[in-house]
Amino acid sequence: MNRRTALAVAVGAALLAAGCTSTGSASKGADAEAPDDPAKVSGTITVLTQRTDLVQSGRMKKYADAFNQTYPKVKVEFQALTNYEAEVKIRMNTENYGDVLMIPAVIKKSDYPKFFASLGAVEERSEKFRFTGFTAVDGKVYGQAPIGVMPGFVYNKRIWREAGVTDWPTTPQAFLTALKAIKDKTDATPYYTNFAAQWTLSSWTSVNGAVHCDPKATDRLASGDPWAEGADLRVGDTLLHDIVKQGLAEKDPTTTNWELSKPQLAKGQIATQWLGTWAIVQFQDAAKQAGVNPDDIGFMPFPAQTGGKFCSTVSPDYNQAVNVHSKNKEAARAWIDWFTEKSGYDKDNLAISPLQNAPLPAVLKPYEDAGVKLIELDDTQGAKVKLIDNESEVGLYAPDYRLDLVDLARGARKGSLDDFLGDLSEKWTAAQKNVGP
Amino acid sequence: MADLAHQTTRAPGRGGARKGTRPGRPAPVPARPPRRARLLRGLTPWLFLLAPLALLITFTYVPIVNMVGYSFTDWDGVSPELRYTGGENYRELATRPDLFEVFFVSGYYLAASAVQIVAALYFATILSFNVRFRNFFKGVLFFPYLINGVAIGFVFLYFFQDGGTLDSVLALFGVHTDHAWLGTPVSANTSLAGVSVWRYLGLNFVLFLGAIQSIPGELYEASELDGANRWHQFRHIIAPGIKPVLTLTVILSVSGSLAAFEIPYIMTGGATGTETFVIQTVKLAFQFNKTGLASACAVVLLLIVLAVTWIQRRLVPDDRVDLT
Repeated sequence: MNRRTALAVAVGAALLAAGCTSTGSASKGADAEAPDDPAKVSGTITVLTQRTDLVQSGRMKKYADAFNQTYPKVKVEFQALTNYEAEVKIRMNTENYGDVLMIPAVIKKSDYPKFFASLGAVEERSEKFRFTGFTAVDGKVYGQAPIGVMPGFVYNKRIWREAGVTDWPTTPQAFLTALKAIKDKTDATPYYTNFAAQWTLSSWTSVNGAVHCDPKATDRLASGDPWAEGADLRVGDTLLHDIVKQGLAEKDPTTTNWELSKPQLAKGQIATQWLGTWAIVQFQDAAKQAGVNPDDIGFMPFPAQTGGKFCSTVSPDYNQAVNVHSKNKEAARAWIDWFTEKSGYDKDNLAISPLQNAPLPAVLKPYEDAGVKLIELDDTQGAKVKLIDNESEVGLYAPDYRLDLVDLARGARKGSLDDFLGDLSEKWTAAQKNVGP
Repeated sequence: MADLAHQTTRAPGRGGARKGTRPGRPAPVPARPPRRARLLRGLTPWLFLLAPLALLITFTYVPIVNMVGYSFTDWDGVSPELRYTGGENYRELATRPDLFEVFFVSGYYLAASAVQIVAALYFATILSFNVRFRNFFKGVLFFPYLINGVAIGFVFLYFFQDGGTLDSVLALFGVHTDHAWLGTPVSANTSLAGVSVWRYLGLNFVLFLGAIQSIPGELYEASELDGANRWHQFRHIIAPGIKPVLTLTVILSVSGSLAAFEIPYIMTGGATGTETFVIQTVKLAFQFNKTGLASACAVVLLLIVLAVTWIQRRLVPDDRVDLT
């Protein structure tokens, strides 16, 4: 280090000491009250969103116009962030992170009151809305998801029919047999991992709860071993492993392409993918663009039954919240209420409505016919699960360990499935002890 | 990468190392100028330095100091509270050898940079002589370095795809492989290192070319009169003439290999055994929200790079070139 560098470091240190990192000034416990008279609310609100596509296509602007019919004096501006999580996370170190935003996954639940204004009490809101437990801290709700999503297999009905499988498989074993039939009787790739996109693999975590139809499944992650014999995640991960191991997935997973996989599934080159209800609309669009029948896109639950019935978990998409530092909390609250109840965003996305008494979207008609039981996971221990997840570096909500799992299954990584899952259990339970009660 | 760019502009000049007479100090002024004028004259260089220094401090030194600060905390990257945990993060690093296993991946990049330096040296030597279309070839070689790394990542994903560009090109030559290029750790790392060679070859090439062209032309003429062939010229004129640049390139390559990031991050995201130390650090910081531990990793990487550079400097001292 020469003299000039030393000088610069000294200056840098002085700057730092002068207080570059001022933290802990956040106010706490503000409320965003619903306005009494829509005509009187005024102000300009900035809405941060991850839906860059809707902002670009002008769809968001149309929602804002419809909103203005009820709230004429509120001006809504959108900021679409491509890399939502990462960008918002950094902005949240300041007070300037929009008036309405989606709660990023990184924020600890216990910190919600420091960042967001409350929308009301749990008891009151839960009568009308779903998912209130996911953002509740000390009896107050801090966010509301405009849509609910359900994990499941998006599949091409025509291909499954051609393979001679007409009923949904009821066990993982039956599912594998069905995929094998597809491989033998059709030209389609039975299952597509979308390995290169990575997030497609992390969605396998949402198997949790569906296998044993247990609304308390999140609690089990917090206090039990998720990869114990017969546990939900073990069942799901074993199925993924077996699909790849038996050669029922695409030949070269490492160079898959998410955007291309949509028309491929619509056209029947791919038979199945594990995604969520949110994907249906995208695959139907792909089908329309490719000139094939969008009704071929089907959706089925995880192959496991409890008491002769399928089970599926419903969870919130991103929750919308009001910035605790917002100058226009009433207007922001008005936007969230309107967007949740009246915008039609849920129908546009063929998604599950956040309103308790709303009917299922038409595309899930087969679910009603089959009597699939929908459960909402109890999220009381959700924050603790995230803590354990970070502490253990397992990454339940990150793709890493499942990338390794797929590598293991196709022989690009040495070891056995039992050792691999055992290793995960070990890391998880060790972290459980560190995190404490 | 900022460092590399920085070096580009400086290195050819250094490689030149031409001997010349330095302008002497200006003759002493008979009468001392008034105090204000002297003050102004003393200040002038600092005024010029104001902008670059401000940028350097704001975007290099303050973040580094901040990072070192965070490495002693358990900050998660967003929470308003952070606790000082002393050397806890460094203790964890020292007791977790699994965090350093990823350095094996750097071996691939190290090997690749050896190939890269030899190739760059070869092309630079050839193109410094009178070759037909030499400017065209210079452009071709340097071009990849100008492309954004993210774009390169995406382009090469298509390149390595099953039935993609590489497979089609091989098929033209009658080689029909059924090889998943990014499928196994060895193949994936070799492919990624290959992309890295393709990308950074141009930079090394330009550095070498600049240095070679600063060697006076008379030396070649003289050597030709003495009956030297191209290899003799390279061995006795070019190689010693560009030694400082060569050393510099090796240092840059080694630190670049240890800190390989964007190509593997974009192409595989660290899957299939291609995770490098920086990818691991990024994941610790932004996936598992261990900003404190990740900062400690970054500090350790910085120290390792500094140490390697220092050892290299010791082994190969940076002497002045004297070709006469």
